[in-house]
Amino acid sequence: MDKNKSTKANHNVVKFNRWGYIFLIPFFVTYIIFSLIPLFSTIYNSFFENYRSGLKQIGPNFVGGANYVNLLTTPEIWKYLGNTLLMWVGGFIPQIVIALLLAYWFSDPSLRLKGQRFFKTVIYMPNLIMASAFSMLFFALFSDSGPVNQILLSLGAIKEPFKFFQFVGASRILVMLMNFLMWFGNTTILLMAGMLGIDSSLYEAAQVDGATASQVFFKITMPILRPIFIYVLITSLIGGLQMFDVPQILTNGRGNPMDALTTVIMLLNRYLTSKDVGRGGALSVFLFIVTGILSLVVFRINSSKEKD
Amino acid sequence: MNNETTMKPHGVPIGVRRTIAYITLIFFSFLCLIWFYILLINSTRSHSEMTLGFTVLPSTHLLDNWSSLINGTIPIARGFLNSIIVSVCTAVLCTYFSAMTAYAINTYQFKGRAAIATFILAIMMIPGQVTALGFLRLIVRLGMDDSIVPLIIPAIASPVTYFYLKQYMESNLPLSLVEAARIDGSGEFRTFNTIILPLIKPAISVQMIFAFVGSWNNYFTPALILHTDTKKTLPVMIAQLRGADWLRFDMGQIYIMIAASIFPVIVIYLLLSRYIVGGVSAGAVKG
Repeated sequence: MDKNKSTKANHNVVKFNRWGYIFLIPFFVTYIIFSLIPLFSTIYNSFFENYRSGLKQIGPNFVGGANYVNLLTTPEIWKYLGNTLLMWVGGFIPQIVIALLLAYWFSDPSLRLKGQRFFKTVIYMPNLIMASAFSMLFFALFSDSGPVNQILLSLGAIKEPFKFFQFVGASRILVMLMNFLMWFGNTTILLMAGMLGIDSSLYEAAQVDGATASQVFFKITMPILRPIFIYVLITSLIGGLQMFDVPQILTNGRGNPMDALTTVIMLLNRYLTSKDVGRGGALSVFLFIVTGILSLVVFRINSSKEKD
Repeated sequence: MNNETTMKPHGVPIGVRRTIAYITLIFFSFLCLIWFYILLINSTRSHSEMTLGFTVLPSTHLLDNWSSLINGTIPIARGFLNSIIVSVCTAVLCTYFSAMTAYAINTYQFKGRAAIATFILAIMMIPGQVTALGFLRLIVRLGMDDSIVPLIIPAIASPVTYFYLKQYMESNLPLSLVEAARIDGSGEFRTFNTIILPLIKPAISVQMIFAFVGSWNNYFTPALILHTDTKKTLPVMIAQLRGADWLRFDMGQIYIMIAASIFPVIVIYLLLSRYIVGGVSAGAVKG
């Protein structure tokens, strides 16, 4: 009787567990159609010569790895990868420093900061703003006759309008500033959640042992925050490699001055809009691999530190 | 609270630290808001007023700018409608089916469950851009080029939303509840729709907002798929503005168009900022 009952229960559980598969169907059907098939199709197309030259359609002809050789031996891609990483780093370093500082202050009970909710609301807001609109706004604000120049002129800081978009440095700094503004609030909140999760008995023990505030920060707070650091770093790096909206709209897709603002995804976008399928495919696969390796490297670096 | 007494000898007095913290916070808040303040002011000023210089106070041309934008060459009203349709549908499909996926992984002990969960985590990292080429070719082959459908349907498979909802279910959804529903004779699908979904409403709403905002702001894919002016979403129209010989444009129109396209998100955010900011940190505590 007992045995009978248990097999029946088992049977029931198995019957119910079948629903796990049923509930997964929409996800997997959609994923296979709109992500997996496109991924394989992208890889497949990267081995073909297939583009338009004027009115003439070239290919598709199988060319093996020629698109990859072509992609990796022209200096373009390295320059654009350099641009992308430079503008990412320039936004990321101030972002992580400021976020760490603000998160530390927010979660420090001895400071008892007032208006925390207001400050958090304000600094997170740029993250939700449409990047293309934000970029268009910056373009208008920093244009030769825009409000920023008008304000600087009326303050007497400059004698004639400063042409922000004619200088490599100034244009890049504007992109970095936008990236910084859009992401430092988000990072602050992530780091703060990690800091508030730290067991307060650790701090109490450190005090008993006579640790200084900076010792507590570097020996307790930082090591415990490590997983969140990895998370922030990886997601920011992968997001940085996808940098597109801001420089694309700021420079109208041209990446000027001197192609210094062209990012890797802007190059991909050029291939996609000009229907250069082969080279676009090779670049996509290249990006797919770089994204994978970089996230792995960052992950490794951080986990080896843990063992020291 | 003991911090104060023990740590004081080593560091800066608390009052000084607090002042520095406030000054820094006010500075960065200012840095976040100043651009939107200028945007707001300039949206109310006419083109000729703007050529004269910047003023701190708003002017009276807000409605003039708005009506010239609406009656201008860009089908902005259509853009709004398109953006709303795409974003609302995306938000609904994305959260409903992500919840369903998360529920499947969280509740049922089927074979291959762990492997599937790991697989979804692994594909979370793959950026959409690397499959864009194949995606575009597929869309053309399916006859969905120049349509908003391919901007909506793929949202059914959203690994990030799935991940947040699964985290939430793990700590907030007692499985005994599912058992109880079964004993009461509720079918699995009905249990999910009528018992589980209402229970995870807080997480669903937050993810719905994120999905809405993400779709509302999306520029890369719509710019590649939408070709007809009346089918375009707002970000694509804004980019077009930049492409036009924009110095000849009425600047009042440009500012009000930017303002109008970010306004809905700002309103949603200000109304629900507590939940949104909370939702951001909820994902981080996974450790």
